[in-house]
Amino acid sequence: MTKNLRVKTGKAIDETYRISFKFNGTTYYGFKGDTLSSALLANDVHLVGRSFKYHRPRGIMTAGSEEPNAIVQLHDNSSRTEPNVRATEVEIYEGLEASSQNCWPSVKFDIGGINNFLSPLLPAGFYYKTFMWPASFWEKYEYFIRRSAGLGKSPKEKDPDVYEHKYIHCDVLVIGSGISGIMSAKTAAKNGFKTLLVEEKPNLGGSTIYQNSDFFKINNQNSSSWLEKELNEIKKLGNLEIKTRTSVAAFHGYNFLLARENFTDHLPIEQRSNKTRQKLLKIRAKKVITATGSIERPMIFDNNDRPGILLSSAIKKYADFFGVASGEENILFTNNDSAYETAISLIQKGIKIKAIIDNREYVDSKLHYEVEKNNIKIFKGYTITDTFGYKRINKISIKQLSKDGQKVVGSKINLSCDCLGVSGGWTPAVHLFTQSGGKLKFREEDQVFIPNIYPSDQLSVGSCNGDFTLEEILKNTSKSLKEFLNIENTEYENLEILSSFNKSKRNIWLLPSDKVFGKTKSFVDYQNDATAKDIKLALREGFRSIEHVKRYTTTGMGTDQGKLGNMHALGIISETAGAKMGELGTTTFRPPYTPLTFGTIVGRNVGEFFDIFRKTPIHNWHVKNKAEFENVGQWKRAWYYPKKNENMHQAVQRESKAARESAGILDASTLGKIDIQGTDASEFLNRVYTNAWSKLAIGKCRYGLMLNEDGMVYDDGVTTRLDENHYIMTTTTGGAANVMAKLEDYLQTEWPELDVYLTSVTDHFATVSICGPSSKKIVSEVIPDLNFSDESFPHMSFKNAKIGKINCRVMRISFTGEHSYEINVQANYGKSVWEKCMEVGKDYNITPYGTETMHLLRAEKGFIIVGQDTDATMTPIDLQMDWIVSKKKYDFIGKRSLYRSDTIKEDRKQLVGLITDNPNEILEEGAQIVADINKSPIEMLGHVTSSYYSPNLKKSIALGVVRGGKNMMGQKLIVPMEKKNINVTVADPVFLDKENKRLNA
Amino acid sequence: MFIIHCPFCGEREQSEFKSGGEAHIVRPRQPTELSDDEWAEYLFMRKNIKGIQFERWNHAHGCRKWFNMVRDTSNDEIKAVYKMGEKPPIK
Ligand SMILES: [Zn+2]
Repeated sequence: MTKNLRVKTGKAIDETYRISFKFNGTTYYGFKGDTLSSALLANDVHLVGRSFKYHRPRGIMTAGSEEPNAIVQLHDNSSRTEPNVRATEVEIYEGLEASSQNCWPSVKFDIGGINNFLSPLLPAGFYYKTFMWPASFWEKYEYFIRRSAGLGKSPKEKDPDVYEHKYIHCDVLVIGSGISGIMSAKTAAKNGFKTLLVEEKPNLGGSTIYQNSDFFKINNQNSSSWLEKELNEIKKLGNLEIKTRTSVAAFHGYNFLLARENFTDHLPIEQRSNKTRQKLLKIRAKKVITATGSIERPMIFDNNDRPGILLSSAIKKYADFFGVASGEENILFTNNDSAYETAISLIQKGIKIKAIIDNREYVDSKLHYEVEKNNIKIFKGYTITDTFGYKRINKISIKQLSKDGQKVVGSKINLSCDCLGVSGGWTPAVHLFTQSGGKLKFREEDQVFIPNIYPSDQLSVGSCNGDFTLEEILKNTSKSLKEFLNIENTEYENLEILSSFNKSKRNIWLLPSDKVFGKTKSFVDYQNDATAKDIKLALREGFRSIEHVKRYTTTGMGTDQGKLGNMHALGIISETAGAKMGELGTTTFRPPYTPLTFGTIVGRNVGEFFDIFRKTPIHNWHVKNKAEFENVGQWKRAWYYPKKNENMHQAVQRESKAARESAGILDASTLGKIDIQGTDASEFLNRVYTNAWSKLAIGKCRYGLMLNEDGMVYDDGVTTRLDENHYIMTTTTGGAANVMAKLEDYLQTEWPELDVYLTSVTDHFATVSICGPSSKKIVSEVIPDLNFSDESFPHMSFKNAKIGKINCRVMRISFTGEHSYEINVQANYGKSVWEKCMEVGKDYNITPYGTETMHLLRAEKGFIIVGQDTDATMTPIDLQMDWIVSKKKYDFIGKRSLYRSDTIKEDRKQLVGLITDNPNEILEEGAQIVADINKSPIEMLGHVTSSYYSPNLKKSIALGVVRGGKNMMGQKLIVPMEKKNINVTVADPVFLDKENKRLNA
Repeated sequence: MFIIHCPFCGEREQSEFKSGGEAHIVRPRQPTELSDDEWAEYLFMRKNIKGIQFERWNHAHGCRKWFNMVRDTSNDEIKAVYKMGEKPPIK
């Protein structure tokens, strides 16, 4: 039987509403309003997981999003399973199933626990050092490390939930609904600002909402009652929108913030369908008020990580807010007044406190006297030196601190307990402030970093700004709001405040122990198992920068980003290295503040909406005729059209033969098309292409090569002169948008004097390309009014024509080396023109072919594909295309780079043809090309860029780039593969019809 | 994420824009007259300043116009935007 540790009704709990849930297979009960952690504690369950490296048993430590230990997997083995969830943030619901992570085979018996005893072998930098061992060692360890270190399991099924993105614009965004956040939201909204208040928890009010003691009063009421009234009032304000369960993940520049609003995670699974699970809010706020509060610091002493050790403030919250005692025999350990607040709450609830250990020798505060009145033993000037209990704390040892706090003195006292609350003071939650670019300053008197320089129109209020007493919070928040919102006064200026918190504190970053330092395990980062010893080791090994120490020890690199221990890490570095805290700086907190689900990040952009895909006007015909498709940029292009039982190779062989022997038809609509007009259009083309354009006659077409300014090939295509001042340029399918942008850039910035206008018309035209010996007969029948004789319509020329009433542009150009025509029509006529060609072509064995056959046909002719045979390091000279580079033109983009010392080198990689000794051996694209395989290391000369079996030549052909290849014609080279070496001969890249006879066949 | 004032369209989200690197690097009018070093200076050398930097930006998903921006790279504050061909309003 488990114990019931439920005490008096907690503020958040509805005891009339009982909820059952499972943890590690056992059924437990909690109440509506419980978090998984409060419900577990109510059932006396502390042990929830194992630590990452040493697999030490770990328990619930906090009551908030800073939780490092209580990390669970929800609904394991279901489509909704989620790893790395903080038990402190899970609201329980009927049917909730959670299980421990990081333990194998179970949380109570964990095989990785052996790491705890091996820990001398697992020092800081263990993983780095392991990686540096011979690879063969690592492979052996990897299996065990992965198996035992796992950070939860990702779902294997499709996410059944729906996620959304939403833009929000507001005048004032308030982050956090503690007392200062509520004051800010109310003041902003009442003064006419459109205000949004976001709170990560399901309820408003922060920690003040359960502050019921007589020691904290506003206008003679308990601070909780006072705040309760404020909450009722703000809910009526029309100008204020309140979002709970909404956590700000990122605070970017210009007051742009990302937040996650959660809608269904607190509902039973069966109530979640047809609802949006989470929304990613993209918030643009004119002003941001950060009221993110502060996080209590643990203390660094030997074995400070056992289950049953919690933050003192968490014990208070579990008691006051959830009505749960975290233990039956409690000890509190503190260096400041906070533990006494907790003690007073526990006394009120009748929860036993065995003792309080206080680092301070002299304590003069009302809270302390009140606790003393209740006959609770207080050890002043003492520290904990060790703790005991494997799966739950059962005993502590304490000793007196020396005057300087560096040593322990006197005799050891042992105290039994089942719960230990620690308070090392408070750390302002400045994570979002620093994400936004804010600069911090270090406040010596209480050893905290607080906001100093704001990078945008924003304000930090409350304890995240370093105001820790009720009086400071109320007064300073009111004062700052007046200035920030530029208003005359606030309603909070004349409050009567009773605040009993004494700010005195005895800060010792690393508490002394009576053990040898090397034998202690004082955890600084609980989630990543980094200890004080690790940090000192890193310093001994020479690391100085806090960022380096962080990476080497992995301190602060867990999913909690070290929200608890980062300050201690800094403190220990500061003390050990003798550097001032303020000068060390802090590590950078990066978004997200708390982890986001992938679902939230992608929103609705899933499945077919993940990326845009573009279809040609003829797409449905390809689908109907069973084409396989390939992605080219965002386009879906017909790849090949397999007939019954054909594989890709067979289909491509058939299509290629038909294209050369009868007729082939290709959908070329995806090619980029740019309409160029203006009196300087010819001059413009002269400047962007390597060849000359001024003398191109109207009605003629020309192939052009475009370079980058560095001389490397950027794009290619055929441009046609439609009229005196009118051209249509085609680009590669993938390069269209970039070419357009680049040309616009030059026109607007370098050559604004040119009278040229560019319009992208890619989507406006459909292009049907027909090639092969029968192509002329087919187009003559499709367009009977046009004279297709070679005299009237030679290769590389263009004509306007009509198919019935449809206007079309016909170009006689060829990418296959065959006699061929391209018919361009308005996009919406594309499919009907294609179908007409198919119908007419039936008698001529017209065969639709896809991109694979197109690539094969052009490779037979040695035509390059930019991006396949080139890779932004190839000049036209490297491609053996010297013929296209004008010697006469004064300038064009990239010209000067063609005779830089580097580009004129003889031994650059150059494009060549490759013929395998065995004509049936097909090279693998990307394979390396070498000359000598006996030399070590083998010198890589280049690689294969395109490779096919040519049915028309009945042999394997390939293109490749080879260092100095131009002068290696006929030379034997080797393509070494995993299982054999393939012998090849360097050849002319034009394999078929070198005389171009087929163009006019 | 910045809010950028396009000189032609007004205030827009940064996601509509594309950055184009350092501004006021004029393409040499007579590249053939330049030595390798001089051409390399134009082609490759760019400043990477912590502080006031002059940059080219393009309203790529808007009016498609190029313009210049003065930005403090240390805090991303945009000091000014101005059209191509105009003199920078700040030194
Ligand atoms: Zn614009």
